[in-house]
Amino acid sequence: MKADIVIRGGTILDESGERRGDVAIAGDRIVGVGDGLTGDREIDAGGCLVTPGFVDLHTHLRQPGKEEAETIETGSRAAALGGYTAVLAMPNTTPTIDSASVVREVLELGRAAPCDVHTSGAITVGRAGEQLAPMAEMAKLGVRVFTDDGSGVQDDRLMRRAMEYAAGLGVLLAQHCEVTSLSEGTCMHEGEVSARLGLPGQPSEAEELMVMRDIALSRLTGARMHFQHISTAGSVAMISAAKAAGMAITAEAAPHHFTLTDESCAGYDATFKVHPPLRSAGDLAAVRAGLASGDLDAIATDHAPHAPQDKELPFDKAPPGMLGLEYALALALTNLVDSGIGMTVSDVIAALSWKPARIAGIDDHGRPIAVGSPANLAVFDPEHRWCIDASGGASRSRNVPYVGMEVRGRVTATILAGEAVVLDGKAQR
Amino acid sequence: MTTSTHAPHLLSVTDLTRDQIEELLTLTDTFVEVSRRPIPKVPSLRGKTVVSLFFEDSTRTRLSFETAAKRLSADVMSFAVSSSSVNKGESVRDTIETIEAMGIDAVIVRHRSSGVPKQISQWTNASVINAGDGWHQHPTQALLDAYTIRSHFGSLEGRRVAIIGDVKHSRVARSNMEMFTSLGAEVVLVAPRTLLPVTTESWNVTATQDIDSVLGDIDVAYLLRMQRERMDEALVPSMREYSADYGLTMERAAKLRPDTLIMHPGPMNRGIEIESEVAQLPNAVITEQVFNGVAVRMAVLFMLLGSGLHLRNRAPDDSIDKEMIEMEGDQS
Repeated sequence: MKADIVIRGGTILDESGERRGDVAIAGDRIVGVGDGLTGDREIDAGGCLVTPGFVDLHTHLRQPGKEEAETIETGSRAAALGGYTAVLAMPNTTPTIDSASVVREVLELGRAAPCDVHTSGAITVGRAGEQLAPMAEMAKLGVRVFTDDGSGVQDDRLMRRAMEYAAGLGVLLAQHCEVTSLSEGTCMHEGEVSARLGLPGQPSEAEELMVMRDIALSRLTGARMHFQHISTAGSVAMISAAKAAGMAITAEAAPHHFTLTDESCAGYDATFKVHPPLRSAGDLAAVRAGLASGDLDAIATDHAPHAPQDKELPFDKAPPGMLGLEYALALALTNLVDSGIGMTVSDVIAALSWKPARIAGIDDHGRPIAVGSPANLAVFDPEHRWCIDASGGASRSRNVPYVGMEVRGRVTATILAGEAVVLDGKAQR
Repeated sequence: MTTSTHAPHLLSVTDLTRDQIEELLTLTDTFVEVSRRPIPKVPSLRGKTVVSLFFEDSTRTRLSFETAAKRLSADVMSFAVSSSSVNKGESVRDTIETIEAMGIDAVIVRHRSSGVPKQISQWTNASVINAGDGWHQHPTQALLDAYTIRSHFGSLEGRRVAIIGDVKHSRVARSNMEMFTSLGAEVVLVAPRTLLPVTTESWNVTATQDIDSVLGDIDVAYLLRMQRERMDEALVPSMREYSADYGLTMERAAKLRPDTLIMHPGPMNRGIEIESEVAQLPNAVITEQVFNGVAVRMAVLFMLLGSGLHLRNRAPDDSIDKEMIEMEGDQS
């Protein structure tokens, strides 16, 4: 078969290992892997790694409702530039993604996007934590993950019922673990820094109590459980223990939690405000170790755009969240691979690509680079060194907490269903 | 108009070196003397414009700052939030940029959120003076408290100060812990654990829950205002229990040495943290604190805006331009 695109001269890295080779693509499929392949268009991948496209389990696209901060179009462009070929949109939009009609709207808007847009659905109506959302009608449209992200389901009995119901549908529940009676009114991690700054802090235990409860409820119900943006050493320890006991539990960590600590809040710049909050150096080390051991399965960005005027509010009033899609790969290579914690580039790509794809049931992504596989690929130069700037990239927002950091690793091309949506590090649409 | 893009600010006690604090306290002596003159006004800041920007209600601090600025002959603009566009949704940044466009030299900021003066300092070329932000800092209160203690004991070196009450929510406590320890005093916090910061490791202080164990061995009993809302947050069981365990009653005051100062930043809750008669004792210096507050704020404004310039890190041997504090009366 005549190839449309050949990615030439790169090193292929996927679940089966690492090898030199060209990748030929025709239509939306990989049609050849080997040496000396030719095609209509060639992408020079000399010095680059060619991997399955990345899959983000945790993306706030802000549409519908907060289009001034991000749209599905701008957010998915940022994703493509970051090497992502699929994202899972979070449901804390306005209106909440808690019914078939809103799911349809998001999927419809996502069809034109330069990455596959999947959406999660809310566990409870309006994410209010009171009544189960119609999960079955959303599941019929392909929703595979349900979460009330932005807050956790507080009521124990309701969470138990949600797990039982979800298990029956074969869908996954994902939890933003935060006990609000311990976290209400707080704006950062509770510790020496919050005490000094005079800002109300939330203890690590606000997260850990809910991790503990959901492990117990998962044991009770037999339901699979996914923990979002794990930030504390205690949570990592509980998840490790539960996995060692054979429980069906998965977890993700966000780039900011393995890159920044609560000391970043010292200048009262709300760019550094996020939920769960930036924690202590010990928590950061535990998150890194959890990713290295695989107890934390995936790196998920929690890409959370906010308009500049919102991030200029007083620290305690500003909305939480920070950008991530265009920085996750470089932060992972720089802070996980280069920090001597025993994590390889292959481990990082596993956590960015095939592991999250499997967790969310996003079947066409994260697949081995082999003839017949869907052509969803990322090509990046792992040695390209760059300095993160304040522009915010393709996002409509600019809440970047990494400005001035020297990192390595830059995406040069992203292939979505056979189309080069990013070339030479530039979005093609 | 301020032309420097690096206008000096006073945001936190943390930003002050011990030398700078000592200079400010020494300069305060001068302004205490000015305040006692028949016409307590000097031309130091003539032509300077100072704005008081209070996003949170305050009577004494605002009056104190405005009096200080007027005694230095500055033009004072008062920005009352309740009648301003802030209530129409204008952001703090737009507010400060609007005020700055009118041409100002300093802005005195009070806000209920910690860190707002710091944020404002990044959006303006004027000097920013923190008049109290959230639970964080109230540096001029700390300066006037240090000045008051110094005026009684000569120095804070080796003195023992008990800060009693709701330290957790108190910008006065945070500022004073830093101020007093910086000047060589020992600080002991007296409060139930619920009213202490989650950790005090940032400061070189100790803490106890037993007020009666410290009363006989302190130079200053510094009482903090206890707010009724704290009961709703389950921080104390009741005001009655708080008063019984931490209130400075006449009975407890009798355990103090005769020269131990009783201080309070105001406004007092008589009958809660302090029994009414205690506030009238000869060693209660609460109104003296208020008097000194004006002179301290004159010193701060003079340092930031006048010819003092010491907070701009000018060489320490530069002396104050004496002409700037000559009596107004001499010239008229």
